[in-house]
Amino acid sequence: MIDLTALLKKMLSASGLSGFEGPIREIVHEAWEPLTDELTVSKIGSLHGLKKGRGEDPKRRVMISVHMDAIGMMVTGIQDGLLRFTEIGGIDHRILPGQLVTVHGREDLPGVVVQPPAHLLPESAGDGPVEMKYLFVDLGLGADTVVEKVRVGDTISFAQEPLELTGEALSGHTLDNRVSVAAATLCLEELQNRLHDWDVWAVASAQEEETLGGALTSPFDIRPDMAIVVDVCFAKGLGSSDWRSLPFGEGVGLGYGPNIHPVLYQAFEDKAKALEIPYHRDLMPKMSGTDAMGIQVVAEGIPCMVLGIPLRYMHTPVETVSLKDIRRAGRLMAAFIVDCEKAYQDLTQNALD
Amino acid sequence: MTKNLEVSAGTVPEIGPSQIELLEKLCNASAVSGDEHEVRQIVLEAVKLVADDVKVDALGNILVTKYGRGDGRVRVMLAAHMDEIGFMIVKKHEDGLFEFDLVGGIDERQLPGKPVLVGREHLPGVIGAKPIHMTTAEERKKKIPVSSMRIDMGPGIGEKVNPGDRATFATRFEMVGPSIRAKALDDRLGVATLIELIKHAPDNIDLLAAFTVQEEVGLRGARVAAYAFDPDMAVAVDSTPAYDLPHWDEEDENDRYNTRLDAGPAIYVMDFATIPDRRLVKWLVETAESSDIPYQLRQPGGGGTDAGAIHKARSGIPSVSVSVPSRYAHTAVGMARLDDWSNTLRLLHTALGRVTPNLLAGERRG
Repeated sequence: MIDLTALLKKMLSASGLSGFEGPIREIVHEAWEPLTDELTVSKIGSLHGLKKGRGEDPKRRVMISVHMDAIGMMVTGIQDGLLRFTEIGGIDHRILPGQLVTVHGREDLPGVVVQPPAHLLPESAGDGPVEMKYLFVDLGLGADTVVEKVRVGDTISFAQEPLELTGEALSGHTLDNRVSVAAATLCLEELQNRLHDWDVWAVASAQEEETLGGALTSPFDIRPDMAIVVDVCFAKGLGSSDWRSLPFGEGVGLGYGPNIHPVLYQAFEDKAKALEIPYHRDLMPKMSGTDAMGIQVVAEGIPCMVLGIPLRYMHTPVETVSLKDIRRAGRLMAAFIVDCEKAYQDLTQNALD
Repeated sequence: MTKNLEVSAGTVPEIGPSQIELLEKLCNASAVSGDEHEVRQIVLEAVKLVADDVKVDALGNILVTKYGRGDGRVRVMLAAHMDEIGFMIVKKHEDGLFEFDLVGGIDERQLPGKPVLVGREHLPGVIGAKPIHMTTAEERKKKIPVSSMRIDMGPGIGEKVNPGDRATFATRFEMVGPSIRAKALDDRLGVATLIELIKHAPDNIDLLAAFTVQEEVGLRGARVAAYAFDPDMAVAVDSTPAYDLPHWDEEDENDRYNTRLDAGPAIYVMDFATIPDRRLVKWLVETAESSDIPYQLRQPGGGGTDAGAIHKARSGIPSVSVSVPSRYAHTAVGMARLDDWSNTLRLLHTALGRVTPNLLAGERRG
């Protein structure tokens, strides 16, 4: 049995900003190696794991896509030994002052994001939130040392250690979307003991947070017959109470909207009901904000399903998730995959109408 | 040690691994103003074998006496505050969420997205923030008020946390290159300095060390400690901000830095709460210069230390303050230089060794 907390903590300890996924890819490679038959790396840096089905060749293929890249920052300049930076992925500048970070310079350097006092800022900055362009990273080193070790373009990761809260909740940075990589890993583990005809392609995709580069390219290599995307979704909590947010720790989100094939939605809902896995319909009226946006339009088009793991405080270093929902997502996917031929028949015979 | 001064102390304090370890323990302890228990225990343990007298008073101050020898000993009070800024849980909401209020001067912009430790058991929690995806550009121009923040302890918290519990930032102590990075360096640096000075007290003085409470909410502990000690003079040992960052416009110089890192201990000439006795300022400056100890004069201006209460106790007590400069005080992560701390300890130890009754003979002239 995989120790989920340990697996997640290990994944969180590895950097892997969008476009710089090397370190996390190695960790996922290690986790998937015993669970897959082949592992390859795509031209853009996504990891492809194949777990072969037992059916006759040519076998149909189901793809699981979980993005492994993280949001973070990049050095834009050095002033008196302090670093200026910009964002990779979407970050609310209001959560930055006082955050611990790691600057990936010639070596990894611990730093902290700092907010200069008002008299060192333009008057327009006032006493409100300080814009990202006026914040610094302080490495605690002399100016000469900083110039030797850091260059413009070096990446910066959040460095807050994860915290285990009560009730099987885990808090930390980059749980978006390492929780889904963990869910895919649990699914692969469960499939070790289940018979499945289809080939299963697990993809830890690159660059979701910036370009959808992984989502747009991996399906072109794999040509799946259908794809399941797992990503985080909003959990109800502070400042997040409207219809977009699902209850925390009370089931997975089943994505519903134009990125999702309605037949796949129905198949997942039926499966969740049959297995008594709690779920909520996660409404995505325009777009899902996930890899499905890329995958859906690759080649001649690929039917997608989106599973959501509810997460509080998305894109902050204290993202908080319930371990229960990660396990539920893994279990539901595995159950779907063992008889996905049925869903596929429905999907091909009952065209959209 | 100094070449040109006679120091009456037998031993000289130094900052080594065991002093850094003690500072780490002090910084990682939780001691929000009004609940200084955890730091008090560490201090009591550290001083019990070296002090001549140790008392805990009605407010929770620790009053330590170390007597000198011979006649004409000046009674010198040193003060460092044990308390730190932090939070108090004020209301329990559903789903493991708690409303909290601030204790001490905290910029609310430092709070969203921070891990905290709640109560004496240090239970982990996080101050969350709305996902950026759900905010508008207009909203991101506004500060998030404390009243709308919550500490999230997880859905299984049950009765383990209640209104009245204190919380601190969760930052753990770390040495980074030449720097110390931790929460509560203000004023655990002072607390650790006092402990070393007690261990190496010169015997020309009676050393009266007050580890004070409630400094951050109104210098309350220092006031009663000064009354109890009734000293001839006093030095508050604290940590003061270094605002030595560059100006956003590179053409402009930062001429309001308060203090600078790497420039040595900061001697106060005036702050919001105290106009120090010039004789004591001179005593410290001359000590530093004659002993080749780097020092800086803290830029006159705002802020205050325990000296603000001490100098007005009884019929007045000549007082001055010395601080270890540190960046980002009252946030989750402070930063000081090991060398500045070490030089602060050297300056104070050397200066104490030079105290004679003549230092305060005559009237105050400035």
